[in-house]
Amino acid sequence: MDVTTLAEVSGNIGTIGYGLAAVGPGIGLGILIGKTIEGMARQPEVSSQLRTTMFIGIAFVEVLALLGLVAGFIVPA
Amino acid sequence: MTARSDGVPSQEWSASGPYDLRETLLSTPAIPLLLAAEGDGEFHAPTVADFFPPAIFFEGTPFEFNRIMLVRVIAAVVLLTVFVIAARRAKLVPGRFQNAIEMILDFVRNSIAIEVLGEKNGRKYFMLLATIFCTVLIMNITSVVPFLNIAGTSVIGLPIVLALWTYVMYLGAGVKAQGVGGFLKNSLFPPGVPPVLYILLVPIEFLQVFILRPATLVIRLLANMVAGHLMLAICFTATSFFLFDSAGAMKLFGAGTFVAGFAFFLFEVFVAALQAYVFAILTAVYLNMSVEAEH
Repeated sequence: MDVTTLAEVSGNIGTIGYGLAAVGPGIGLGILIGKTIEGMARQPEVSSQLRTTMFIGIAFVEVLALLGLVAGFIVPA
Repeated sequence: MTARSDGVPSQEWSASGPYDLRETLLSTPAIPLLLAAEGDGEFHAPTVADFFPPAIFFEGTPFEFNRIMLVRVIAAVVLLTVFVIAARRAKLVPGRFQNAIEMILDFVRNSIAIEVLGEKNGRKYFMLLATIFCTVLIMNITSVVPFLNIAGTSVIGLPIVLALWTYVMYLGAGVKAQGVGGFLKNSLFPPGVPPVLYILLVPIEFLQVFILRPATLVIRLLANMVAGHLMLAICFTATSFFLFDSAGAMKLFGAGTFVAGFAFFLFEVFVAALQAYVFAILTAVYLNMSVEAEH
């Protein structure tokens, strides 16, 4: 039996994939950096340690978004 | 350059070796500014093929020398020259140039090495961290240097080399500090966990320590540089397209994309420095996790 196509989206689905992949890390980075700012406001003397830990945390969270970006290129369209 | 039947010029890339597959899979590699200058009226966005330029020497061999390798060689020569000059003329009271270099190295030593690893290990691993930081920084910065325009770290080879160095170093440091058995036990079986959870935790920790850490180091650096280059290229190609090739009122958009291009240029400089810092500090963190025994 023939399948009737009712609607079609064409182009590279990697762009949609990246868009979905960016949601989680976006929220995660917001929470992470927000909490760091809050911590710095409460205890300014440990500011630099908080900043260092924040950068390490940012690195891990951003990787997930970047994996979404890269997956669109690695897997051929 | 040969002309296709519809008059749009195309260029034969040197399709040799492993790059054949990419050429068939990716869209037609276009030289945006050249085509824009010839006014074919269509906007050609930069593609991934920008990162695989035609070979200059040794085409078809593993030692293929293309524009990106040339950029890397130039960056390496500049790095070595700067540090050799700074070291040769080192005085007790530093002049401006020596002061600037000392500021960079001080930053690496205090904020990265000693902060994460402590006094003793920090000084021991300082040279490794300084080399990684300075190498990544200068290779990233070439993405905004006017005639180079491509980051040395935007093709996967260089990030892999740096990540492998970090990988070998932290595994080696762990084995030397705790012995093979002790290192595996401390990494794979974190203390203070109910034994039944080890079934879940050990495979995850194994993947983390042996596979995911170097892989994420590579991907983080690579993807940041690729994305930055593509954004810069899109902004400036769009500016050129709007200013030269578009009808009347659309030219105003060229001003907008130029401002965006400038903003992205500044952002790209920041990202270059940030990625160098992140690579170095993650190396320090992994070394620290290997070297200090869990109590």
